[in-house]
Amino acid sequence: MFDWFVLPFTLGLVFLLGFIAWKFTSWIKSLTQEDQEKLVKSLATRKTLVSIREIISESLLHRKIFKTNRMLGYMHMSLAFGWLLLILAGNLESRIFNHGEMGPPYVPIFFRFFHPNPEIFRFHQEFSFLMDLLLVFVLSGVALAYYKRLNSKFLGLKKTTKHVMGDRIALTALWFIFPLRLLAESFSSGAFGGGSFLTSTTGSFLNSFLPSEILYYPFWLAYSSALGMFFVALPFSRYMHIPTETLLIVLRNAGIKEQKSHTGFTDVELNSCSRCGICIDSCQLSSAAAINNVQSVYQLRDIRYNTVDQDRSLNCLMCGRCDQACPVGIDIAAIRQIKRNELNPGMKEEYSYVHPAKAQQADVVYFAGCMSHLTPSIKHSVVQSFKKGGINFWFMDETESICCGRPLLLAGKSEEAKALMQKNKTAIEQSHAKALVTNCPICYKMFKNEYGLDIPVYHHSQYFAGLIENNLMQLEKQNITAVYHDPCELGRGSNVYKEPRKVLNQALTLISAEEEGEKSLCCGGSLGNTTISTEQRNKITQDACDTLLKQNPDVLITSCPLCKKTFQKVSDVPVYDLAEIVNGAIVINTKNKSKANQNSKIIKKELLEEEISNQTYPD
Amino acid sequence: MSKKVLIIGAGVAGLEASGVLSKLGYNVTIVEESDRIGGKLNRWSHLFPSRRPASEVLEHLQLNLDPNTVIITNSKITDIAVKDTSIEASLNTGKHIDADAVLISTGFELFDAKKKEEYGYQIYENVITSADLEKIFKEGKELTTSKGKAPKRIGIIHCVGSRDEKVGNTYCSKVCCVTGVKQAIEIKEHLSSCEVFNFYMDLRMYDRHFEDLYQEAQVKHHVQFIRGRLSEAFENPDGTVMVKVEDTLLGKPMKMNLDLVVLLVGMTAGNNSLFKKQLRLETGTDKFLVPADEHFKSVSSKQKGVFFAGACTGPKTIENTITEARAAALEIAGYLKN
Amino acid sequence: MPDFGYKISKDRQINFDENSKNLFAEVAMREPSVYRCISCGTCAATCSAAQFTSYSLRKMILLLKRGEDKEVITSVSRCMLCGKCQLACPMGVNTRNLILSIQNAIKKLSHV
Repeated sequence: MFDWFVLPFTLGLVFLLGFIAWKFTSWIKSLTQEDQEKLVKSLATRKTLVSIREIISESLLHRKIFKTNRMLGYMHMSLAFGWLLLILAGNLESRIFNHGEMGPPYVPIFFRFFHPNPEIFRFHQEFSFLMDLLLVFVLSGVALAYYKRLNSKFLGLKKTTKHVMGDRIALTALWFIFPLRLLAESFSSGAFGGGSFLTSTTGSFLNSFLPSEILYYPFWLAYSSALGMFFVALPFSRYMHIPTETLLIVLRNAGIKEQKSHTGFTDVELNSCSRCGICIDSCQLSSAAAINNVQSVYQLRDIRYNTVDQDRSLNCLMCGRCDQACPVGIDIAAIRQIKRNELNPGMKEEYSYVHPAKAQQADVVYFAGCMSHLTPSIKHSVVQSFKKGGINFWFMDETESICCGRPLLLAGKSEEAKALMQKNKTAIEQSHAKALVTNCPICYKMFKNEYGLDIPVYHHSQYFAGLIENNLMQLEKQNITAVYHDPCELGRGSNVYKEPRKVLNQALTLISAEEEGEKSLCCGGSLGNTTISTEQRNKITQDACDTLLKQNPDVLITSCPLCKKTFQKVSDVPVYDLAEIVNGAIVINTKNKSKANQNSKIIKKELLEEEISNQTYPD
Repeated sequence: MSKKVLIIGAGVAGLEASGVLSKLGYNVTIVEESDRIGGKLNRWSHLFPSRRPASEVLEHLQLNLDPNTVIITNSKITDIAVKDTSIEASLNTGKHIDADAVLISTGFELFDAKKKEEYGYQIYENVITSADLEKIFKEGKELTTSKGKAPKRIGIIHCVGSRDEKVGNTYCSKVCCVTGVKQAIEIKEHLSSCEVFNFYMDLRMYDRHFEDLYQEAQVKHHVQFIRGRLSEAFENPDGTVMVKVEDTLLGKPMKMNLDLVVLLVGMTAGNNSLFKKQLRLETGTDKFLVPADEHFKSVSSKQKGVFFAGACTGPKTIENTITEARAAALEIAGYLKN
Repeated sequence: MPDFGYKISKDRQINFDENSKNLFAEVAMREPSVYRCISCGTCAATCSAAQFTSYSLRKMILLLKRGEDKEVITSVSRCMLCGKCQLACPMGVNTRNLILSIQNAIKKLSHV
């Protein structure tokens, strides 16, 4: 069985498979040694089963996209899952027909060309019906894809992605494949009979005014060409995500993560982006400040095609909302960070003038952070609360502040950040403290993840929550309503959602905000973005504040000095830090004092246990 | 029957306009939110640049009031509408007022210094505002630190809540610079051994006699002027306040411990939402009301029969406010004649 | 050189006519908010680096405007990018990007 028209398809397929094999090999080769070992070890374990399950639910059924929008989910599912079923069913049909012979790969694809009205074999009618049914399923997805171009809002997307040339070619081919298959099969049916409810009906209809005998061949050729074109364009388009996402799932389940620099895993992630554009809608730069060319989908695309520029890499709040929204689960923030590191202007920073703070012996080191010096009510409240709780603490950056290094890190200056980190680390270690407490989520994330300290690091909300839990601190409930704003670096950045709420619930009545927890908005003050203008920041802040205050709370509460300062600018209601609420609501109990000396130890243990059991909020 | 004018706000502008309108033969009703007339004038001790007692100006304004003027205090306008040639207003007390013209003379609000958190107002014990200082002078109290001691060094901080994008006010409040110089002199007159420092970005001594006051502060009272804007303040354990500035003329950052910090709070717009909503009046980006024409209709609004006087259209000195109130009265008279 | 018994002091005037203002132009193109600066010094007052060194963003802006680039090049690398100045600036100058822009512009015009 052979006909010349199968060539475009066959050659395209050979090219595609070869290309994928080459790419996959080179990506795996450029994983770190350690990651390669992880991959090998994971293969013969349960993790493989987990991967297969995930491939089915995500790559085929697109469960996460369904969660975002049902129509969009259906569109992706009908195309991916429908097409796969079509291939599987076609293979089965062809095998049964050929009594188990495999034959060349094009046979099942063009089965109806070679056997338009197949000699009777088992289930031939059922197969004709099934194949038509599956074609309808896929075509419905194609129809939605057409419609999405016209009206993306219908599919839950406010903005759609702008495409590159490779995408356009592949997309055009993809749009033609299934309608051409329908026409080719219909003309065959019109000319030679066969087919089921769809192709047979369409066939006889077309045959009534068109010469099917002449037209069927060109349409099969066109169908084959569309497939061939799609296969050749695929590696250079966003559709590379189809094969790559399966590899990503396998690698991720093997425990492989993004490193501080570009590895093979980064390439796999970059190629797994389907450019669905869901990240654009989650981005406040787009929704509040009308900046539409810097979103993650474009960043990943530009890195993949090597056209990235520094300004656009730095134009990101690093709030993590897109990470949360990404249906593929790409570690977008980490990739952007890697790029920022690479694009660092490369001027050696000069920090020899910075000297570590003179350490004092204490149980707890309190680090307020640079920003808190501009919000004295926060540091004042933390200090007062510590005093009321009888905690033996050292205020490390009371007079001379050394930055924690995170702002440098975010700007892509990781080496420079290390110089500052070393100075702070020295002072912390010299204090022989048992815990480090900071009220700044930016510093918190930095101390916790980058410093490698031997002592636990707490955000003040966690520390206060621990004190309350252990009856070392009591708060008096006041008759006020409040909305709590999750700071990006604390919530999405460090997964601390519960403790601030636990503390605040003791002191006042919390009302839930429209977007909270993992979906919390960025206040707009982010240090992650250096490029946006003050006016654009203000727009983001105003928008976020309006959303938070929709339920008319008495006060707005956050637990980050930067968020506080940012919201103060626009908020109609008073903005407080959690520390101020705690300080105002503490019930002074003389019994506390005697227990106080043991405080840090107990809290340390309790909180550590809790951290392990910490789940995602709100599930 | 003579025509009726409704005046909203019994401050300097409202009182002065009322006096002129009564003389011109109109029936005036003044609605005042607080319990007494005189507005912020009640809160000031002495006025710049002549150092005339504020009470003297207030007395003068009261003398000019016509005995037939209806003054309704403790009342707020809740609804206001222009209907053909008349104005209808309702008060929160349930009262209704009809008038042929309305004058908005609602003045300004003082900037809430708590919004400039890094300066520590109401967080640190020894940080007060210029309005607090006026109150101390007015009540004849002794100027002391929170612990009751005589301050040895006082810092006066200019531009608090003015020319500051971070609090949403990008404009200059005009009167604070000279107020700061006036208060520096007053402090020195009360406590001659106390050192006084004025921290400023630009000193705007634009009006007649302002420059004399500036010279007097330096020459006679040895007040020191430091060109640098305060970035933040810290409270020392002894209650003194450490301020950080850059001495920009020397190009060096500088810290200084002060026994008392005075924040020169600027003028911000009052709540104009009612006027915006019901009279469809415009406010600028500075949130002050916008007159119909900056040169020729500076006391008229774009709404027929609605006029402005005083600081509701932007920061103004008392002299300017009085001039504007008279201009508004004449403008109203001209409008009502036609 | 023979000793004439006196020395001619080096001219310490800013030679405005001869100084190139290219670096400032490049910086201003990258971060136009530099034009908002009114030299109030809040940035330098709040700056942690300024406590210990002669670092002053206010001064650097003026130096760039006058074409006195040398001093800027030596001091711009002391910034910790902590962002306090941005939070304090009353004029809304995008200070962090301004500093990055100065660094990038210096690199581009290969002053280093």
